[in-house]
Amino acid sequence: MKIVQSILVALVMSAAAVFSPPAAAAGELKLWNWFEYMPQQLLDKFSAEHDVKVTLDTYDSNETLLAKLKSGVRGYDVAVPGDYMVAILIQEGFLEKINANRLPNFRHVDPKWVDVSFDPGREYSVPYQWGSTAFSVDTSVYGGDIDTLAILFDPPPQLRGKINMLRDVNDVLNAGLRYLGHPRCNSNRAQLAELNNLLVGAKKHWLSFNSDGAKEVLVSGDAAAGMIWNGFGMKARAERASLKYAYPREGYTAWMDNLVVLKGAPNLENAKLFLNFMMAPENAAVLTNFAKYSAGVKGVEPYLEAELSAANELNPPTGAPAGEFVPSCPPEVVRLYDRIWTNLLK
Amino acid sequence: MTRARLLLLSPTLAMIGFFLLLPVALMAVYSFLSPGTYGGVEWLLSFDAYIQFFFERDFLTDELVFHTSYLSIYFRSFVQALAATVICLLIGFPTAYFIATRPPATRSAWVLLVTVPYWVNLLIRTVSMLFVLRDEGPLNGALAAAGIVDAPLRIAYTDFAVALGLVYSYLPFMVLPIYAAIERFDFSLMEAACDLYAGRWTILRRIILPTVKPGVVAGCLLVFIPSLGAYIAPDLLGGGKNLMIGNLVALQFQGSRNWPFGAAAAVLLLSAVLVALTVLARRRALSAAGN
Amino acid sequence: MRKPKPISAYPGFSQVTWLCMALLYAPILVVAVYSFNAIRSITTWGGFSLAWYAKAFANPHIQAATLNSLVVAVAASVAATVIATAAALALARGRGFRGRGGVFVLINLPLMIPEIVTAVAMLIFFLAIGFQLGLLTVVIAHTVFCVPFAYLPIAARLSGIETFYEDAAQDLYADRWRSFRFVLLPMMMPGIFAGLMLAFIISLDDFIITNMVTGPGTTTLPLAIYGMVRVGFSPEINAISTVMLLVSVFFVSLSYLVGRRRA
Repeated sequence: MKIVQSILVALVMSAAAVFSPPAAAAGELKLWNWFEYMPQQLLDKFSAEHDVKVTLDTYDSNETLLAKLKSGVRGYDVAVPGDYMVAILIQEGFLEKINANRLPNFRHVDPKWVDVSFDPGREYSVPYQWGSTAFSVDTSVYGGDIDTLAILFDPPPQLRGKINMLRDVNDVLNAGLRYLGHPRCNSNRAQLAELNNLLVGAKKHWLSFNSDGAKEVLVSGDAAAGMIWNGFGMKARAERASLKYAYPREGYTAWMDNLVVLKGAPNLENAKLFLNFMMAPENAAVLTNFAKYSAGVKGVEPYLEAELSAANELNPPTGAPAGEFVPSCPPEVVRLYDRIWTNLLK
Repeated sequence: MTRARLLLLSPTLAMIGFFLLLPVALMAVYSFLSPGTYGGVEWLLSFDAYIQFFFERDFLTDELVFHTSYLSIYFRSFVQALAATVICLLIGFPTAYFIATRPPATRSAWVLLVTVPYWVNLLIRTVSMLFVLRDEGPLNGALAAAGIVDAPLRIAYTDFAVALGLVYSYLPFMVLPIYAAIERFDFSLMEAACDLYAGRWTILRRIILPTVKPGVVAGCLLVFIPSLGAYIAPDLLGGGKNLMIGNLVALQFQGSRNWPFGAAAAVLLLSAVLVALTVLARRRALSAAGN
Repeated sequence: MRKPKPISAYPGFSQVTWLCMALLYAPILVVAVYSFNAIRSITTWGGFSLAWYAKAFANPHIQAATLNSLVVAVAASVAATVIATAAALALARGRGFRGRGGVFVLINLPLMIPEIVTAVAMLIFFLAIGFQLGLLTVVIAHTVFCVPFAYLPIAARLSGIETFYEDAAQDLYADRWRSFRFVLLPMMMPGIFAGLMLAFIISLDDFIITNMVTGPGTTTLPLAIYGMVRVGFSPEINAISTVMLLVSVFFVSLSYLVGRRRA
């Protein structure tokens, strides 16, 4: 009996200890970001500089972020939506208008990223990273031409059954529309029916739908081709040298992720401090070295690792098309896309 | 009910009634509402969520056309759960029988051995299964080293892997109730039958099986029900490609943003489970009355 | 001369039993063994090392998730045990009453409803009543599904205690509270403890429901592990899994031993 009581007491005491953490920082910051997109080093630096305790939770697609916000999840300060999603979040009233362009470090932002269509003049958001979405192929499995979307939609025999697609409605549907030569943000029923047939027909060649595991399936050899973001693709190549990032001639998506402050952020001032902190070139460079995408601020070059300047993933070859930014689509199109997507996954 | 008893029960009633029964009822209500554009619901009565199971709107004409793709998810879940149940039974019955015929001293050690895996985190067990089955994992490594296969066997991310994961998850649920039933079996019946020149397998079929049937039925339902609503095994071992009901439900609240449809799918899953449980309860009552 | 096999033995059954044990234990043993691998590989052995444990324990996300898991599990298991003890006293003591069957079903309801259904129902409910998702919603959800696990060993223990102990105490002029506090409660203690332990590991293990009702900064250990697995295999995952494995085995064994002890 004694043992039981002492264990109970120990449990209750440990609970009490846990509920009142001894060393509380002066402030807090609740960060909501994509997985594997935030180096711990920067969080530690920010914590130390501003005496702020940072917690980080992750999501795996812009749509997941929106779904959670829409379902009423609150309490985060800062999130990292992609370009078109910034526009949707502004429109839905989920963002705090912080006059981001007046933050001190905003002067470092590359002028070409200031007057962007999704947030003209940058009142809500500041650049985080930008890059492209295409796919990587294991050249030890397939040695032919990889710069075509046929790799995904009409794959050569060596790649059949070994393809991973991103679990992202827009990335998959836009790639399909490019392969068919149809416009993006499309509400033409006949063309969408064609797209639907293309995707359903190609599905038998696909191994999985996986975003957060997009690198892992390629590195482990479970997949020999897979849709991936350029920086993630570079990380994959570091672990499996035979992987090559493709620049399909039919086109591919370019994107920019942005830091935003969510409406009703409990720690508004810390959130602004964090946005400002991330625009400092030396910090943006640490992020770029970690995530392997491109920074949206100037002056990062002195801090960048040498391998980035030569990487195929960050430097499209001459002759490759430029990446295309896809805007947010009208609700009617969103609903049609959701139908195709659910139909594809089931 | 006395006041003291009501007082003692009030925390249970409050907690489970308010935070489980009421939410399930609300979910049923949501299944009759209209979806919001990016998630959530509009408070407009609609049967679309249920109609969607059987019909879809044609892309060109918006006409309602009968389709089987959601039904096929239910069918696949049913087949997967059934396969898992049958495999569990084939492995679980001999195991339970073997354990029940051990000397009493070693018996409880065997029971503990079967019980422990159940309490180990389901996620971790499924992850370890994936780890073992992958193309470049230990199983394929061993097969290649033994010269059985040249190229790695594709096991991970298939329906077979999902079935295997379900078996692995719920096998203890099959063994334990069958064991409990066999342990109570009077083995002198067996000797009597043997004296009448009945063979071993005849005895198994004609005497043991009918006696321990309630245990077998309970075991089968205890495997079948959680398999039907499984989420982790199809998600991790199936590669997120071939959905089961659990994934379909979760998807509607995450990527696809159609809450009423997700709620309707959950309602249909719950109904299937409740029917199975009622069957179990009635069988229990019948066998209790029979004794 | 070989001893004839007893009539109750069937050929092949012992082999199937060993197959069953192999199926149940091989995957987790492989994971446990490779958590000590010195190199990153999951197929070749590069010598013994504790490096992955060190790395896992030093990871701030894992530390935060572990803390969250412990807070939730302690709070939920204590709450569930109190609720279950009260319910067991009401159901197992005294004569039957109208609605007994209904209450019994209610207690076991969390076991009957598929987890994914509970998860989305709770999500809908919390959001509909404007309850901010966070630590409190996770604790509430865990408390609800821990109640039946806490209830079973407590009720089993209580039904094994004859009422004449309390009767004797009351004959000696102990009031109802004292006879409960000094007679019945100590005798129930092993069952209560077993229930607490089971509730604790069930809470520690949950993924599906937590995943739906989690809020800012309340990532628990299973959520963190799931996130890591999706991003990529790392021996760190093996190390954390092995630790969680041992914790579960420890608490089950403890619950089993204490629950079996006679008062």
